[in-house]
Amino acid sequence: MQRLKSSITLLGLGLLAASPLAAADPAPTQVGFVYVSPVGDAGWTYQHDQGRKEMEKALAGKVTTKFVENVPEGADAERVVRQMITGGAKIVFTTSFGYMNATEKVAVAFPNNFFFHATGYKTGKNMGIYNARFYEGRYLCGVIAGKMTKSHIAGYVAAFPIPEVLQGINAFTEGMRSVDPKAEVRVIWVNSWFDPGKEREAALTLISQGADMITHHTDSTAVVQAVEEKHKENANLYSFSYHSDMSKYGPKSCLTGTTHLWGDFYTRVVKEVMAGTWKGTNVWGGMKDGMIKLAPLNAAVPAPVKTLVVKLEKEIIAGKLHPFDGPVIAQDGKELVPKGKSMTDAELGGMNYYVKGVASTLPKN
Amino acid sequence: MWLRIEPRPEPSRLMRYLSPLLAVALMLICGMVLFKVLGKSPVEGFKVFFLQPMADRYSVAELFLKATPLMLCAVGLSVGFRGNVWNIGAEGQLLVGALAGGGLALHFPNSQSPFLLPAMFMAGALGGMLWAAIPAWLRTRFNANEILTSLMLVYVAELMVSWLVHGPWKDPDGFNFPQTRMFQSKAILPVLVEGTRVNAALVVALGALVVGWIFMNRSFLGYQMKVSGQAERAGRYAGFSARRTVWLGMLIGGCCAGLAGVSEVAGPIGQITEHISPGYGFAAMIVAFVGRLEPVGIFFASLLMALLYMGGEQAQQYLGLPYSISKVFQGLLLFFLLGSDVFIHFRLRLDRGRK
Amino acid sequence: MAPGLVSAVLFATVVAGTPLILTALGELVTEKSGVLNLGAEGIMSVGAVAAFAVTIHTGSPLLGVLAGMVAGMAMSVLFGFVALTLQANQVASGLALSIFGVGLSAFVGKPYESQTLESVPPLKIPLLSKIPVLGHALFEQQALVYVSWIMLLAVAWFLYRTRWGLVLRAVGETPVAAHAIGYNVLRIRYLAAMFGGAMAGIGGAFLSVFYTPLWVEGMVAGRGWISLALVVFATWRPLRVMLGAYLFGGAMITQMFVQGSGLRLDIPAQFLSALPYLATVVVLVLISRNRSTIRLNSPASLGQPFMPDA
Repeated sequence: MQRLKSSITLLGLGLLAASPLAAADPAPTQVGFVYVSPVGDAGWTYQHDQGRKEMEKALAGKVTTKFVENVPEGADAERVVRQMITGGAKIVFTTSFGYMNATEKVAVAFPNNFFFHATGYKTGKNMGIYNARFYEGRYLCGVIAGKMTKSHIAGYVAAFPIPEVLQGINAFTEGMRSVDPKAEVRVIWVNSWFDPGKEREAALTLISQGADMITHHTDSTAVVQAVEEKHKENANLYSFSYHSDMSKYGPKSCLTGTTHLWGDFYTRVVKEVMAGTWKGTNVWGGMKDGMIKLAPLNAAVPAPVKTLVVKLEKEIIAGKLHPFDGPVIAQDGKELVPKGKSMTDAELGGMNYYVKGVASTLPKN
Repeated sequence: MWLRIEPRPEPSRLMRYLSPLLAVALMLICGMVLFKVLGKSPVEGFKVFFLQPMADRYSVAELFLKATPLMLCAVGLSVGFRGNVWNIGAEGQLLVGALAGGGLALHFPNSQSPFLLPAMFMAGALGGMLWAAIPAWLRTRFNANEILTSLMLVYVAELMVSWLVHGPWKDPDGFNFPQTRMFQSKAILPVLVEGTRVNAALVVALGALVVGWIFMNRSFLGYQMKVSGQAERAGRYAGFSARRTVWLGMLIGGCCAGLAGVSEVAGPIGQITEHISPGYGFAAMIVAFVGRLEPVGIFFASLLMALLYMGGEQAQQYLGLPYSISKVFQGLLLFFLLGSDVFIHFRLRLDRGRK
Repeated sequence: MAPGLVSAVLFATVVAGTPLILTALGELVTEKSGVLNLGAEGIMSVGAVAAFAVTIHTGSPLLGVLAGMVAGMAMSVLFGFVALTLQANQVASGLALSIFGVGLSAFVGKPYESQTLESVPPLKIPLLSKIPVLGHALFEQQALVYVSWIMLLAVAWFLYRTRWGLVLRAVGETPVAAHAIGYNVLRIRYLAAMFGGAMAGIGGAFLSVFYTPLWVEGMVAGRGWISLALVVFATWRPLRVMLGAYLFGGAMITQMFVQGSGLRLDIPAQFLSALPYLATVVVLVLISRNRSTIRLNSPASLGQPFMPDA
């Protein structure tokens, strides 16, 4: 085998020679991105790719970027990350939870490179993690929903009951009930991040059960499109998009959306790494850090609601309002956070329950 | 005017071995044309797709790592295919094997025993065999078509994995994410070449190839299977049991697929997640065919298949082509092979004049 | 349950079942001629992307459906060439078609992932759509839903009431005999496979142009495989295909309604998703267990190549 290998290695030497290895300073820094799904036109990966492009623009001439999409979260991820490094990348961003262990392994093997893993919890000397406080946007969407609902029922199409998704559902519920105490939120789990057919079916199901404010935590635009279609029959039916601004898919009915903005963060850490000032990253950024933003509000949102949302947004940014300010009551009536306190980050990270106001029951598994 | 094929007086041995090479060549030509159509230089495309994945020591090791489960699954399947036993559910057997072997690792989180890994492989083999035994039993007892039952069981196995990692086997400290704990170090396969990921599973796979070769070419049982596969009636006259052929074919296939499952979870993954296999069980069918259902052929075919997977990753990074190009190549390869295989037994004639 | 809710459940069930009916009906005819084409997932994918692209460019969903149909037929001709003309193993050819089709659709469809289609308004059938509860569920559907019913009857009529249907079945049962009395087995099998491809292409078109309506990689999401299961589940009978499709679709929809209504559901979702596959295995066992039931139900020479001069 050794012989076979060396002969093939010889064959590849020509290619290797062409790759930029440890070039002198003026050469741009190469930054790699590993994506879990195709970039597409909206959704989780699309937002990361937007961030990549913004960073590339902001640091024009100083960086080059490349990406690999559709990388399975199994054994292949480690190779892809590693090959990005051997292909000349100085910094690699891995943008899905399932890449955590692979990223960690490569980070240990390449101590002089830098790694950033989105949504995970393992860090290292040269490995940072980052995530965004999506629930802040969810809370504001909930407030708008509470102000605009007529049926007092909201519908939520969700993928898997992991903390991030539950934070979203619960924050939306808290927001909605802060202005409409009668409101309830119904949840349908489609058990897939991505199945446009099923997502649409779930949205239609919720609509037919009386929900008039619909949102989703899945990766396609199907829910927003389904609502746009049904909006023709029920003028008070609206949606809130997630990941991206999907108003293009629901010009009349998509009120706003919780959008993810990674560009500034990418620019900042890449700059830090290049300047040699980077000292570990455990970023969980929210509206304050510009990592979460509401998409422009639809004209259908009345002016007083707009004013309220702007005010609440400012309070969140100023740290005066936390979507999980006490009292937070669980679905079964237990008090989770007493009045006067807010939920801690650790508590948020372990969320595995519904709050009061969610009408569905959490699947036990 | 119809193309007509007519039988050769005798199967062509030459074509039998030429056919895979012809298929690879046709696939390459098709690939070059495709690169050209997409506005990429065909030479550059070829370099990136087919040479770059072998560019350095690490990449070559990765090639072997990726080929390991394919080798295992394909050699098991080829035994059945020779006997006309159409087990197309290796993917499911792989998953159940991974669950059985991985389950053992999770059950003994503190064991220091050197026998843990061998036991995991045993459990994996048994798991794969158990999953393969269902279609075998349904076939021999109820005459149910094993193509359909083994395929259906793939989906059941996938859902079983999903249920376990979302539910009972979920890592209690993993923030509710759908995956199990990481396996402890005694349950992880030792790496063969420092600095790479190629591990002891490759030895298991090569061993399986050798055993497979001996079984197929040097054992009476293997000979029986081949005969009853080629002509069931002849086999029956000679006293070979069709029932035994089905059982053997399915169980050997399941056993190898189960081993492949363990080699993944105890190898590069190190835990059970929902993403154990990107379709190795199905890709292994292509490998088995391209490898002529023979261990030596399977060895090379699995490396070729691994190359197609890895070429797709390279093509994305350096050519900006979508990853799906890998699947296009895989499909083309199998098509071309099946197409050129016909010339083993037949010649092509133009049939003028209609009947 | 309130009548509105019943109507909504029925409506959604019919929609979810339609792509399955279309694809499974095509596969049924293919299999009745003795040809096993496992490539449905790939054909649906290619049909979906072709239909979507043509609809985008022409603005006409009708042309889109036609494009899906033609693309599906082209895929099945490719399959036919390898598996029928060249007599390669049908299982392997079908698998190749599946892998190739899923890859090709993703590849070709890249530029269309960002595009949106205006949703096509349903076709209300006068009078019938006024029936309480059922009217909305059954007669305010997309045109392709009615097509699926018409095709269902047409296939049933063709197979069991026409001479050519008899010939097709004969080709699937005993190709040697059919050949002996002068029928061109190969040509009939080609036509059957092409019909199967056309139907799977339309099934894909329904998904991308009417159901979601959008195109993204992987959107067929296993529906091709379920359709294959469905043919077996239906024991190769057209009307049972419909029953099965609505049962499979209905199980998914009902589960959603139960979730949405807040009722406790302690069965893991994965178990419910596995039901169609398990049910198919059970049916297969039931019909295969003795010679007479299997002969009554499944095409005898399924998956076996036929060589005219053998």
